[in-house]
Amino acid sequence: MTGRSVRTQLQAAPFLHTTLTTPRLMVEVLLCALVAALAATWYFGLVALLVVLAATLGAVAAEWLLPVRLPRGSTLRDGSAVLTGVLVALTLPPAIPLWMAALGGFVAIALGKQLFGGLGQNLFNPALVGRAFLQAAFPTAITTWVPPRGFFDVPGTTFAWPFLRGQLDGLSTATPLSQMKFDHIATPLWDLFVGDVPGSLGETSALVLLLLGLWLGLRRAFDWRIPVAVLLAVVVVGGGLHLVLPARNPSPLFLLCSGGLLFGTVFMATDPVSSPTTPRGAWAFGAGIGALVVVIRNYGGLPEGVMYAILLMNAASPLIERVTQPRPFGRRRPA
Amino acid sequence: MNLPFRLQSFRHGVHPDDHKQGTEHLVVEHMPFVGRYVLPLGQGGKPAKPTVTRGQRVRRGERIATADGFVSTSLHAPVDGTIVDLGRHRHPNGDLVDCIEIEADAFSLQTIVPHATVDPDTLDVDNFVAHVQQGGIVGLGGAAFPAHVKYKTPAEKPVRHFVLNGCECEPFLTCDHRTMVERPAEVLRGARIIAKKLGATDIHIGVEHNKPDAIAALRAQVLPGEAIHVTPLEVKYPQGAEKMLIKALFGQEVPAGKLPLDVGCVVNNVGTMVAIADWFDRGIPLIERVVTVSGPGVRRPANVRVPLGTPVRDLLAHCAGTVPETREFVMGGPMMGSSLASIDVPVLKGTSGVLAFTAAETARGNEFGCLKCGRCLDACANFLNPSVLARLSRHGEFDALEANFVMDCMECGACSFTCPSNIPIVQLIRVAKSAIRDQKRKEKKP
Repeated sequence: MTGRSVRTQLQAAPFLHTTLTTPRLMVEVLLCALVAALAATWYFGLVALLVVLAATLGAVAAEWLLPVRLPRGSTLRDGSAVLTGVLVALTLPPAIPLWMAALGGFVAIALGKQLFGGLGQNLFNPALVGRAFLQAAFPTAITTWVPPRGFFDVPGTTFAWPFLRGQLDGLSTATPLSQMKFDHIATPLWDLFVGDVPGSLGETSALVLLLLGLWLGLRRAFDWRIPVAVLLAVVVVGGGLHLVLPARNPSPLFLLCSGGLLFGTVFMATDPVSSPTTPRGAWAFGAGIGALVVVIRNYGGLPEGVMYAILLMNAASPLIERVTQPRPFGRRRPA
Repeated sequence: MNLPFRLQSFRHGVHPDDHKQGTEHLVVEHMPFVGRYVLPLGQGGKPAKPTVTRGQRVRRGERIATADGFVSTSLHAPVDGTIVDLGRHRHPNGDLVDCIEIEADAFSLQTIVPHATVDPDTLDVDNFVAHVQQGGIVGLGGAAFPAHVKYKTPAEKPVRHFVLNGCECEPFLTCDHRTMVERPAEVLRGARIIAKKLGATDIHIGVEHNKPDAIAALRAQVLPGEAIHVTPLEVKYPQGAEKMLIKALFGQEVPAGKLPLDVGCVVNNVGTMVAIADWFDRGIPLIERVVTVSGPGVRRPANVRVPLGTPVRDLLAHCAGTVPETREFVMGGPMMGSSLASIDVPVLKGTSGVLAFTAAETARGNEFGCLKCGRCLDACANFLNPSVLARLSRHGEFDALEANFVMDCMECGACSFTCPSNIPIVQLIRVAKSAIRDQKRKEKKP
């Protein structure tokens, strides 16, 4: 019946496997990040794509130059470096010099991921490590916003030589968050919602981000508990503060729609590697991020707090995971 | 698939495609007799002691080996024939084990010589248990644990519910499904015998709701006012694990390391009930069982009533053989079964299925790093943290593994099924568990 030439194999059960694989997950999140990049191109012009390209090249270069020695070979094939590069770019302002964007992508992979041992080993969200590095190294460039002047127009800073900043050929404007922080001027909610405001590439349109988040959540691409917890915490903590002191504290809707909150919630906080794996841990992690964002924005020295909130909770993630282990079936909760 | 969220179930678990459409409507057919039969002495519990000698003629249904100790069962000849060998033959698990080999009598009519029928009501518990043991009856769900052992219950642990497992949550398998559809009267007859002997107050039959015909057939057999409940359950793996079934039916968790009896339950497979009914009412011991032969490699998938000891090669030939692309043979279900190194091994009492897979199903993709996505935690019906257990197993951290309750794992494989990074989680856990058991054994006898 079975000829002699037929080779059969011996494996251990289970013999069935879900069709969902890590590279497919990466591609799905990557496509959503690219949709956000396209939205940025709509608002800021072609320069947005240049920034995305630069940061991605930096990230892929780091992955290629600093391979983690795994028996299975380079992790380039899983697509995670490309995703990290795109995500770094989406946290940057459109007028950033391209060499800085590339450096940010490089640092994100080099310090944020490969240093820890590659995919799955990192403590912090790699893209935010890259962004934090840029914010520390080039605080001016990363907080300078230039209003878009035309689809093909490129700001003078974009092609600055490495280690130079270039000449800014226009007037910089304030973002909704710094207007709120320093001048107590609230941007109309509708502008925030559709995204017609100055800001980083990925963080402008609340509408686009909500749709992307909904899609990824329905596709089970990430743990839905985290974004839900973040948004709930912002509404509860921010709303509570607003009720007590409405003059000082912005409304929760403003908090939700402005700055990097939705972008960070959908693309950064949900990074599985740097968030707890346990279901109860996911709730705690998300709630911590939401609360920290409100506290930093309303009481801190910075107008925006999403990045630090997520990085802080990343650091707390192993501890959260340790204390939120599930209760094994038929046992009492482990002490 | 109407409103599955309303159905009772356990928490967590996975939803593999059930692949049952190929055989679920096929009436159970009879396997024709073949030339030789090999019966391992150990088929559930301690190996039995042969009561026959080489060259002896045996009749179909005659006892050929007797139970050795309490956790052991008798063995009966599946055919009229001659004992040709008492020696070592290949077991499906790859080991060479003591077996009885029978050459079938080609000229026999193969009529069963029934044993004396027994009215279970006339037996006290001890004699009842002994009689079940003599019938060679084991759990037919797959684990092949001697059935009578469960019926000997200590007085301080009264039985409230007798639970019948008709979940058949393993994909591809339809042998229990067909048994429930075609022999519902015997299923309930066996259940009534056992429930009465156990002193159980009621009978609960859990069936996954993808078998509406089985649910209807069983319900049609329930007499008015009888305390027998047929409960449709959500289609979810591993619904058929007995602790998960109890959780689904009663919302109660069997404590870790304890038995269903500790929460007042005894759980049996539906096929086992048919064996009980046949043994008591017709005097037919366990000499054949229903096996689902399926998978993309099988040319003519079928549910077959197979005499025990039939070579898998002959069973596959009966199902028109396998396609040349076949790459792997599996005994049991695709989630917990085992790969066969050879198809020249016999069908056992615990063989629920024989599956043939081609490269399309068995190819394992590249393994990627653990993303800590938490899917395995959401899959684990035992509420363990499989991602951590797999990592610890790779590093041989046995103490940490035990502290993370690795020994609670029932090895259902839901974690490996769901892992997007293709990490062999349950396989790593199995390695760790057996290493821990070895270590314990060594510590005991220094």
